[in-house]
Amino acid sequence: MGNYLIRRLLQTVIVIFGVTLLTFFSLHLAGDPTLLYVSERASDAEIAETRAKLGFDKPLSRQYIDFVTNAARGDFGNSLRTRTPAFDLVMERLPATIELTLFAMFVAIVFAVPIGILAAMNRGTALDGGVMLFAMFGQSMPSFWLGIMLILIVGLRLGWLPISGHVPVLQPLFEGHFMVAFENIPGAINHLILPGVTLATFSLARNARLIRSSMLEVLSQDYITTAKAKGLRTWTVVGRHAFRNALIPFITIVGLEFGFLLSGVVVIETVFSWPGVGRLVFNSINQRDIPVVQSAVIFFSLLFVLLNLLVDLVYTTLDPRIRLS
Amino acid sequence: MANSASLSTTDDAVYVTDREIRLSPPWWRKAARSLAAAKWPILAIVILLSLMLLAVFAEPLAPADPNRQNLIRRLQPPLTQNEDGGMEYWLGSDGLGRDVLSRLIYGARISILVGVMAVVVGGILGTFLGVIAGYAGGRTDDIIMRIADIQLAFPFILLAIMVLVVLGAGVLNLVLVLGVGQWVTYARIARGETIAQKQKDFVDSARSIGVGHRRLVLRTIMPNILAPIIVIASFNVASVILSEASLSFLGLGVPPTIPTWGGMLAESRDQLLGGYWWLAVFPGVAIMLTVLSLNILGDWMRDFLDPRLRGR
Repeated sequence: MGNYLIRRLLQTVIVIFGVTLLTFFSLHLAGDPTLLYVSERASDAEIAETRAKLGFDKPLSRQYIDFVTNAARGDFGNSLRTRTPAFDLVMERLPATIELTLFAMFVAIVFAVPIGILAAMNRGTALDGGVMLFAMFGQSMPSFWLGIMLILIVGLRLGWLPISGHVPVLQPLFEGHFMVAFENIPGAINHLILPGVTLATFSLARNARLIRSSMLEVLSQDYITTAKAKGLRTWTVVGRHAFRNALIPFITIVGLEFGFLLSGVVVIETVFSWPGVGRLVFNSINQRDIPVVQSAVIFFSLLFVLLNLLVDLVYTTLDPRIRLS
Repeated sequence: MANSASLSTTDDAVYVTDREIRLSPPWWRKAARSLAAAKWPILAIVILLSLMLLAVFAEPLAPADPNRQNLIRRLQPPLTQNEDGGMEYWLGSDGLGRDVLSRLIYGARISILVGVMAVVVGGILGTFLGVIAGYAGGRTDDIIMRIADIQLAFPFILLAIMVLVVLGAGVLNLVLVLGVGQWVTYARIARGETIAQKQKDFVDSARSIGVGHRRLVLRTIMPNILAPIIVIASFNVASVILSEASLSFLGLGVPPTIPTWGGMLAESRDQLLGGYWWLAVFPGVAIMLTVLSLNILGDWMRDFLDPRLRGR
């Protein structure tokens, strides 16, 4: 166990090293990165000045070390647009994105589990077929298109739910206004449903399919037959014996889920004008605001890597086969 | 030299014998029978073939120039007729008066081109590295798979965004970025399959008669690991098409003068509040039909080529 932990931590360090290396070098892919930071009409003198200011005249290895030490302090340079620290812009928008991602994760997991189990228990029936059909469609739709359709039908035609806007919960919570946060919850959920469901659908479809096949696998094991033969009720067998073991591959997916959903927020936040990091990235792409894009990419990547680590640790405590080997 | 000639014949014999064991009766007859039983994959193949025809023959088939603007006739609904009673806009016109159907037909080109090319790039790169890792083992294996782990450890679309912001939009950039994004999947499968094949008797016998490394890998191992790679490729084209649509939607795909399905959806957002539904519905349906067909085809191929996985 201790050995495993050390190996896993070491691996995380290597991955973080790789992530920073990749993001650093992606800036240099098009040749001189200075040109990304100046306007197209900049004079040679201006370009040279910017190059010196940003340190692009130093040797590459030196630049990388500077990049990593600055990044470790949360310093990714100033936004080219607002002239304020890029990382602060990302952090300001983070609560809205976390709200959206957590909500989507909730939808993708809480609904997937019963759907998958029911489909597995009724294998080959119309119910199972319906679930598989939904899963097939859910995984074949571009999420942003689903968002546009929901806006058109549920938002505009039926007028049931708001199609844009955001009621903050985490922000007041962090600032200590607990009552405000609490009172905001109903409004927040109202605004979260359309973007949240849009973001969650792909994962929901995949998770339902995964739970189903994982359950099918477990249900065919000998110990399930034994449990049934002992005369245990179906739900005891499913709940106590099958589900817990079917959960193991699912936990890995759930851990990866947060990162997966995070990478979807760029598109979904743009569709719903959600004031989070994703929309910030989209706007920064259009304005070629490199420091903001870079700090968001690195921050999300690190979050993803650390969550992976966390998942692996949870995984080891859940599955004794891994814990003991 | 006579020696090497006889060797290669033996090698071919090994290879042919192995193929015959795996694939008799003729694989295409089995495939046809399995297709006929499954039904849905046939529809998927028909849809995909029609799309390919549309993409290849876009010029003669499209009713209009996809970039010709006509501001007087902007935002016309589907089935709009011209003064002579002929059909002017089958699927309506967009905010600049361009023909939606023609843009959809031309849009198929980018989706298919980028989807297939990126998978070819990623598939070849990944299979190559995976086979090397599996065949060589040891330190080579360690290094290749460690790089794969790093790439898997963070959401690739973010890196794609970063790279495309720097490199700028373009078909080649898109193919390269999306292609490189896929290699890990292929490398993992190719490595696992190579390790499994390496231990088989026919590989041993080929090696014992002096077949060289390159020939052993290319002629003896490769043909036996292709099936799972082809299956993955089918699903992969689907997911690359979705990624391409997302990137085009974000304005990171191809230059805006080239019509793409994702780009059309991005433009449709500006007209959403006006209720011009056709601008949003048709490109989305096109993407979904393509991706759905590829997924159905992939499911069928997996069942057909690897019966162990049936029903999963």
